[in-house]
Amino acid sequence: MPHDDHDHPHALLPPEPALRVKALETILTRKGLIDPAALDEIIDTYQNKIGPQNGARVVARAWSDPGFKAALLQDATTAVADLGYYGRQGEHMVVVENTPEQHNMVVCTLCSCYPWPLLGIPPGWYKSDAYRARAVREPRKVLAEFGVTLPAETAVRVWDSTAEIRYLVLPMRPERTDGLSEDALAALVSRDSMIGTGLPKVPS
Amino acid sequence: MTRVHDMGGRFGDGPVEPGSEDDPVFAEEWHARALALTLAAGALGQWNIDISRHARERLSPKDYTRFSYYEKWISALADLLVERGVLTEDDLREAGSAEKHPLADRAMKAESVAGVLARGGPADREGGLKPRFSTGQAVRAVVPSDSALVAGGHTRLPRYAAGALGYILRLHGNHVLPDSNAHGLGEAPEPLYAVKFHARELWAHPEHPDDEVVLDLWQSYLEPI
Repeated sequence: MPHDDHDHPHALLPPEPALRVKALETILTRKGLIDPAALDEIIDTYQNKIGPQNGARVVARAWSDPGFKAALLQDATTAVADLGYYGRQGEHMVVVENTPEQHNMVVCTLCSCYPWPLLGIPPGWYKSDAYRARAVREPRKVLAEFGVTLPAETAVRVWDSTAEIRYLVLPMRPERTDGLSEDALAALVSRDSMIGTGLPKVPS
Repeated sequence: MTRVHDMGGRFGDGPVEPGSEDDPVFAEEWHARALALTLAAGALGQWNIDISRHARERLSPKDYTRFSYYEKWISALADLLVERGVLTEDDLREAGSAEKHPLADRAMKAESVAGVLARGGPADREGGLKPRFSTGQAVRAVVPSDSALVAGGHTRLPRYAAGALGYILRLHGNHVLPDSNAHGLGEAPEPLYAVKFHARELWAHPEHPDDEVVLDLWQSYLEPI
């Protein structure tokens, strides 16, 4: 039997969460198990260096370069690694393409699995009970809460990330974007359009 | 029965609140600290990702439900540090030793962070079972959905898919089996498949006749039709 203890050790720490974190950091630092400077570095990485701008570059490249798009749909891990995107929580990537017939949407019902190297740390709603519970059963109602309404002829395919495969949605390229540079296209790619709860921005 | 984290398909949670894409990555400073502390403690090498997921799932249903996301992380981390013998309960009471810990040489340094995060931890393996199913084949997710290996143990087969008819969409290769790896029973790699289920197979009232849900499922979660 796994250890199911009703007096979990965490209850020995202060109950207020910010103080709980602080207490544990202090204890671990005092014993030399944690270097606070390493924590700062981890935070800086996910706050400032790795985020949805990476995924947007991948999408913009796929929109611009049919060869890259084919490679991306065939073996996303290798294709995005060639652009410099690989690492923790992105070791096994699969990219799924939206079409007029099929809209893709990604969830992790069991925890919060998300393609970190391409999208960074998941937003709060992605980790919420409401999204985890409902995305698989009523994706269209969830999409409506994001302001997205799909045509009746478009089927929804929801990907529940139950293993170490991480999914990125390749949204459809918006109309009237012919001739735009990759940078201009990347600016149209919202984070949520790569999770499947949003659509790309339309050029103004 | 399964555990409280297995909430796919559950009723009663209310609307999703999307917020704005411009919201900060970490809503509170302590969220960032909790994430970084968890990653840095993981680098001590005293557990794997499946053990750490299971530690969060084993929070009591009452705690799991009332805790915010990073409260779950930090509380499960404290539990794991004691369970794996890294800290004592006295340490958590701040009544323990302040001497250098035997594992201190493994502490993640600031200069090694980029390399550790960039390397990641692949879960695919060369060895293990041969694929039993091929693309397009009809399969059924096993019933019951709780761990077949360990009573109350970790598994990644959600309850909502148990017993459902699906179709093999894709073979991902052999991957570490979480049911085994979370309990120190070895990596036991198995073929991992993306399996497509019609929404009408999973829910009594699907939103649309053509909608589908795809899950990544290990070979031992599936049986042939």
